[in-house]
Amino acid sequence: MLLASLVEPSFGLIFWMTLSFLAVLFILAKFAWKPILNGLKEREASIADSLNEAKKAREEIAAMNARNEDLMREAREEREVLLKEARDIRDREIATAKERAKAEGDAMLARAREDIRNEKNAAIAEMKNEVAQLSILVAERILKEKLGDPAAQKALVDKVMAEADQRKS
Amino acid sequence: MKCLPSRPQTGGNPLMRSFGNILRTASLLIGSLAFGTLVAQHEGHDLPASGTVQHGVDAVPAHANEAPDHRASEKFNPGKMIMDHIGDEHGWHLWGHTSLPLPVILFDTERGLKVFSSSRFDHGHATYDGYALIDHTVVAVDPQGHEDETASANIWDISITKNVVSLFVSLGVLLIVFISVAKAYTRRAGQAPTGLQNLVEPIILFVRDDVAKSAIGEHKCMKFMPYLLTAFFFIFLNNLMGLVPFFPGGANLTGNIAITLVLALITFVIVTVNGNKNYWGHILAMPGVPAWVLVILTPVEILGMFLKPFVLMIRLFANITAGHIIALSFFSLIFVFGETNAGAGYGVAIGSLAFTIFMTVLELLVAFIQAYVFTFLSAMYIGAALEEHHEHKESII
Repeated sequence: MLLASLVEPSFGLIFWMTLSFLAVLFILAKFAWKPILNGLKEREASIADSLNEAKKAREEIAAMNARNEDLMREAREEREVLLKEARDIRDREIATAKERAKAEGDAMLARAREDIRNEKNAAIAEMKNEVAQLSILVAERILKEKLGDPAAQKALVDKVMAEADQRKS
Repeated sequence: MKCLPSRPQTGGNPLMRSFGNILRTASLLIGSLAFGTLVAQHEGHDLPASGTVQHGVDAVPAHANEAPDHRASEKFNPGKMIMDHIGDEHGWHLWGHTSLPLPVILFDTERGLKVFSSSRFDHGHATYDGYALIDHTVVAVDPQGHEDETASANIWDISITKNVVSLFVSLGVLLIVFISVAKAYTRRAGQAPTGLQNLVEPIILFVRDDVAKSAIGEHKCMKFMPYLLTAFFFIFLNNLMGLVPFFPGGANLTGNIAITLVLALITFVIVTVNGNKNYWGHILAMPGVPAWVLVILTPVEILGMFLKPFVLMIRLFANITAGHIIALSFFSLIFVFGETNAGAGYGVAIGSLAFTIFMTVLELLVAFIQAYVFTFLSAMYIGAALEEHHEHKESII
């Protein structure tokens, strides 16, 4: 009896179950499951979209950053180039200025040396003249002193002649 | 009040009775497979007894034989108490001797539609309008109070019983909960879930992603989602309501074979209607199998077609009913011992209560698992019926 009452489906329950369960199934399918499943799908789609958009935005920002970095690097390189050029120009300017100054200095030095040499030569020449005149003067005085008498003059001539003879032989 | 005769009978309708006999035989077969020949022989001896002869002895409710003033001194009968709890009844026993009377609706093929309150039967102690309640079953009786079997066969009992009320309550809860949740989805489209939405959304997603999508397929499953979700929440809710010991819970709805029968039948209809050429091809003539094997295989496959929903029905019914029986058995121990000695009753109560609590907690788990298993296997069967490619999969029963 116990088992029988358990495994024997009662007609009434089958009847009500079939009727009400199917009715609820259709009502829920139309008014509950459809909006719920659609809502879930839409939300999932919107979340996926948002994530995709966020990812895209992140990528864009990364790309922008990369571009910015590129620009920065280019600017830096350009600055380097400009600086280098400026330095070059400065160096060149300085070098040319130095060269010109050196050349001018050299020229001035050369001129000075020339002047000095000329002065020196002139001075030497003058000195030579002075010395020559002094020598002549001295020689005149000595000659006047030594060759005042004719004997002495003759002795000298003889001596010179002798010497000349010596030289000739 | 008429004293009702004690006579063998099982139920009102011959159709249901024969179905019950088939089921009984089937459960014995399953039992014999599971427990070996010894048990099978033992049960085999029981079969005719429980079917017909001995029936009259324990068929009559204890108080049908006794005068009502003996009610209080009735000996405690755990088997009867448990069966009363997991079975169906006309009227809903609330507490003590208080019952909620429910409408009895009978469609008598000879006498037409009869509607009256279950209180007319006075819990099986009275006859009304030629009908009586024997063993929770409405039967026709002659004026002397004896059951008229030929007249009883005409009765189609569609009363609003305890289980039907429970069915309506649970379906009402489902309607209210999910229509209000659906409103939340349309009102707050694309926003984070709140309140009740939070409670059911993970389960809906679980059914959709882990049950339907994995078993049927990403795109094909949406057509079957309404059934799978409704079945899942119906079974889950009723499993839980069955654990609540007082009104409006306590009806053992998912442990009732009629309910699981209808659910399994719907799965069967969906599978059969949606079965594609591949599915039928595998049943009627398994490709790549020699003709002489087909002679054996095709009947087996056809049997399997019916066996799958049959097993769905039995599994849910047996699991839930078994859980109730175990919990109630532990509970009964208190009163069995209490009858011999009050002290023993209190002593046993401690252990019994602990075990009952343990079983109830286990049943909470089982409530979810069985709802999941039923839904998942339904989805598997639907998935198998829709499968396109020619892979040979193990059929799961």
